[in-house]
Amino acid sequence: MARVMQTLVAYGEAFDAERMVPVTSQYGHTVISFGLGIMKPIYELYDKILSEEAISRQPFSADPRPVDKKNVPANFLQNIVFDFMYSQQGRYEEQLKRFGILSEDAYTCTCYLPQVGNTPKRGEVLSWAESSAVVYANSVLGARCNRNSGMIELFGSIAGCIPEFGLLTDEGRKADWVVELRTAKLPDAQLFGSAVGMKVLEQVPYVKGLDRFLGTELNDAACAYLKDFGAATASNGSVGLYHIENLTPEAVDFGESLIREGAPVYVVDDAEIERVKNSYPCIWKDLEAKPKLCFMGCPHMTLSQLIEWTQRVDAALEEAGQKKVVIPTVFTAAPAVLRAFEETEYANRLKRCGVVTSSICPLMYMNNPLCKSMPVITSSNKLRTYSSARFYPEAEILRMITGLKG
Amino acid sequence: MKKIFQGHVVTPGTCRAEALVSHGGFNTLASYQTPMLLGDKQVKCSDQNNRDLYQKSMLGKALCLPETIGSTTGGMALYTVCATGKQPACMLFSKHIDSLAAAGAILAAYWTDAKMPVIDRLGEDFLEYVKDGMTVEVKENGVVEVE
Repeated sequence: MARVMQTLVAYGEAFDAERMVPVTSQYGHTVISFGLGIMKPIYELYDKILSEEAISRQPFSADPRPVDKKNVPANFLQNIVFDFMYSQQGRYEEQLKRFGILSEDAYTCTCYLPQVGNTPKRGEVLSWAESSAVVYANSVLGARCNRNSGMIELFGSIAGCIPEFGLLTDEGRKADWVVELRTAKLPDAQLFGSAVGMKVLEQVPYVKGLDRFLGTELNDAACAYLKDFGAATASNGSVGLYHIENLTPEAVDFGESLIREGAPVYVVDDAEIERVKNSYPCIWKDLEAKPKLCFMGCPHMTLSQLIEWTQRVDAALEEAGQKKVVIPTVFTAAPAVLRAFEETEYANRLKRCGVVTSSICPLMYMNNPLCKSMPVITSSNKLRTYSSARFYPEAEILRMITGLKG
Repeated sequence: MKKIFQGHVVTPGTCRAEALVSHGGFNTLASYQTPMLLGDKQVKCSDQNNRDLYQKSMLGKALCLPETIGSTTGGMALYTVCATGKQPACMLFSKHIDSLAAAGAILAAYWTDAKMPVIDRLGEDFLEYVKDGMTVEVKENGVVEVE
């Protein structure tokens, strides 16, 4: 326990933190959900900590599990490789139980969704890791969390305190950049987020012009957009907090007073979105290969996204004269969100369309070298960044999976 | 010609190594993911977005970078790299170190036997001056000599 605290103090010293502050959220969240054989040093360290009976002071959720053999297509050899790669999964899940994971179903990157229940309140101090969850909690919910690394977040939950610096302070939450959105229509969230992330890197952007399209209310559609936008800013750069003028809580309360003096301006118009999209490398061996799999839901989809995409796929299939998707397609969402979806009329419609649902982490699926060599497409900029999956904006994905021309 | 830069010590130590320079943000997970998964002994960078480093060996090099970017598994990836002896000789940041790299470096310093000095705040001049293949010497007090 003493070494856990020493580690946290040293972490704070790297940022000139002056004090430790209590973690005030009800629940934690850890980014490490996988028992990778090559990550044995982590599980060995966790064994050491558990042997000293240092467990988490708060229950926590974790990122999605890496494998779902029941639902996600994988061949015999791929499954053998999964068994080999994730050889520590059972051991690690046992460790998480001992540390204090919320439940068997608490595996999702969107722990903050209402169906999951790990939704921090504004101003609460978190010891979380998972870049897309941290940026959402900071920006949309107004909680306070640094972009902690995996392991250090659990250390914070164990110690019950973390060093105060960066996004935990008022000063650290001020905007370093102004982003002016001047597109003719709402840009694809994943492309806009990617553009912003690559420009501002770890700094805080204040986005103007997005409320023209999203409105000024944090409704389901706006939150889903911001979830995907934020994930792209965090993975294509390392954004931990963004402010959206007239929409996110601190921007609503404090407006332009959040912007630092002399903050540079980044203008995003249709040409800039196109430039960013065309800048992505593709590492497929055969650029003309027919996609064998499509992943949607990195980060995991919301309930409203599942419903909306069911309607879109259903309508596009009808227009294309198809009964089922022409590319095997997996929609991923949290276990609790999928349970809520199953209770709607849309679940059967989606099944009829041939789309599979799962709570897997697509990124961890793609880590399998035999999956990596497959031509996989995605609408996720995060998945594109960390795997060989090829990115397409949502409208193109819809056409591709339904066989719709034009 | 030898040039001297003064930085701030994040994790102490000394080393002498060949420079490997990333001018853009270094995505720790994307860079180490494939070499870790495939057991690549050369530890070649697998981040397709990093045009400076992609497919270059990072093992034992003086990794010169502005900052790290990307997923919050970055620090844990760096910890694992250190715990398995596949770390660079040192990490030299022109900017203030970011929270992911700091966590990884500090976890490695406190919980493994790996020696990987980490120096930050070396300034933009440092990253403009240092080039791949130059020799870099890191002193205990955060001084970095490049020639």
